[in-house]
Amino acid sequence: MTIAPPPADTAGSAPTNTDRPAGSDGGIGGVNRRSRRRPVERDKRRNPILTVILWITLAYFLLPLVWLAVQSTKTNADIFSTFGLAFGRTFAFGDNLVQLFTFQDGIFLHWMGNTVLYAVASSVGAAILATMCGYALAKYVYRGRSFVFGLILGAVMVPLTALAIPTYLLFSAANLVDTPWAIILPSLVSPFGVYLMRVYAAEAVDDSLLEAARIDGAGEFRIFLTISSRLLAPGIVTVLLFALVSTWNNYFLPLIMLNDPSLFPATVGLAQWQQAATGGGGAQVLFSTVLTGSFVSILPLVVAFLFLQRFWQSGLSTGSVKG
Amino acid sequence: MSTVTSRRGASHDAPSARPPSASRRRRSLGRPQLFAAWALTIPFLIVFAAMFLVPLGYAGYLSTFTSQLVGGQVFSGLANYARALEDPSFWAGLGRVALFLFVQVPIMLVIALVIALALDTGRVAGSKFVRLAIFVPYAVPGVVATLMWGYLYGRESGLIAQMISSVGLTPPDLLSPQNVLGSTMNIVSWEFIGYNMIVLYAALRSVPTDMYEAAEIDGAGPFRVAWSIKIPAIRSAILLTVIFSVIGSFQLFNEPNLLYSIAPNAIGSDFTPNLYAYNVAFRNQDVNYAAAIAFLLGFFIMVISYVVQLATSRKERLS
Repeated sequence: MTIAPPPADTAGSAPTNTDRPAGSDGGIGGVNRRSRRRPVERDKRRNPILTVILWITLAYFLLPLVWLAVQSTKTNADIFSTFGLAFGRTFAFGDNLVQLFTFQDGIFLHWMGNTVLYAVASSVGAAILATMCGYALAKYVYRGRSFVFGLILGAVMVPLTALAIPTYLLFSAANLVDTPWAIILPSLVSPFGVYLMRVYAAEAVDDSLLEAARIDGAGEFRIFLTISSRLLAPGIVTVLLFALVSTWNNYFLPLIMLNDPSLFPATVGLAQWQQAATGGGGAQVLFSTVLTGSFVSILPLVVAFLFLQRFWQSGLSTGSVKG
Repeated sequence: MSTVTSRRGASHDAPSARPPSASRRRRSLGRPQLFAAWALTIPFLIVFAAMFLVPLGYAGYLSTFTSQLVGGQVFSGLANYARALEDPSFWAGLGRVALFLFVQVPIMLVIALVIALALDTGRVAGSKFVRLAIFVPYAVPGVVATLMWGYLYGRESGLIAQMISSVGLTPPDLLSPQNVLGSTMNIVSWEFIGYNMIVLYAALRSVPTDMYEAAEIDGAGPFRVAWSIKIPAIRSAILLTVIFSVIGSFQLFNEPNLLYSIAPNAIGSDFTPNLYAYNVAFRNQDVNYAAAIAFLLGFFIMVISYVVQLATSRKERLS
């Protein structure tokens, strides 16, 4: 993390800039790449007013999460009787964790495992498919290309949730409901991922490099696997992370597709606990468990995003130019 | 562009135009390339067809049938659509979604844009931390975000009520029928301001700086630079965030569905069209009508996305 270049450089320098022969500023988005590189620190002083205003807005984004972290250390009684941002009378984080991971025979651990399985399988698959397709659309001129791209672009506009009901019916006819496949298969399709990869590949992979490799006798697949895929890495990480988030956070699809609680991802499981907790008397003991579970379930993704931010930000900066 | 570009960059600028050497290359390498192109495209297309086109077609097919107590499924043409267009529940949901489009989306995107512009000036101390901190809510599942805000909204013990009471005021009921739409808007904004900000910020970082310098020499202040240079330069990224927000608003489901368990009297089963379609399909077991609602919803999204595109980008086209 500490070796990451300063902000001014991070997002601005697509890999193209360094990996490409000088002078080949093929700005696909019409962006003139010659002048894009910015001085790391512009010769300006900090603006204290702007700084203060922005740091104040952080309260809105971070306080709910701080609140969640604090609540996960409280007992049920303290959650409702003490101030939200202060610790309770008892520091019960350990007890809450034990309760979280032992409640209903430790089903929460299953849910987290399911979430990881669904999210990793879907996002890796989606990233591979999107990378291949986006790269082919960007780098090969072939009949049907614009039709394929138009089809995929149009698909970005179709609400995925509108697809969920017919998908459910088809899957139930194919006996796929209540299996992990019901979550993984629909999540493999990422039209936005294809779009992003197409834009990214057009800019990150230089045609003359491909030509050179061909002249050297490399086959198309070898070029793709050994040369292009490396140049595409930031784009791939970006697509992977965004696919990961959308599956990790998916609630609608598993809610429809899964009935067996042991197959639930954490989102559906937590929502069910929450409904049990609010559902009525006696079940109140669940509140601390729900809150601790919520806190635990968001940690892996937040950590993944922070660690990989250097990659996805440079991947996004190229993708969004074309928008 | 420089002569270097025109010599080497022709194929970049117009990927569909053949590079100068294409005819020669086609002869020697055309077939393996064609093969590779399709071999790389087809895996996605197969999954795409199976998970996208087939369900879509199936939904269209289903929507033209009506199930009857006697006689089972009967072909009914566009009757389900006619029913939806006369269904107050459908329109009420669409109305709430429209409020999202006209109230929440502009607020969210303007805040995201202002933050992105502020960070892009390079004048904010700790801007890297600020950027990531604002983005973090995007990584929080909608379920967790809604759960959390549901507690924060709580009338007696919620954090917001605690804070308002501590200064001696009476806290409002944020989960009342009048306020719950606004409360939902807040949750959605909290989740997605950071995402939109990052997209816009990334686009801003790719704008060439020499234009700013020229403008500054001409005496333009930071606001003038932002308004006249930066915002026009990232129009396509702004369009992207608008379209995604339009699609997202129409798809609203998680937040109302979860708030329903906290505030069942404030949120009906038809709070959003998507929630309504879900309840029609899985509570009322009327998949035909649900398919028609979903289809109609998709149609509205396409139309509005298209209108947004036409309105904002006459000059530009998506790739």
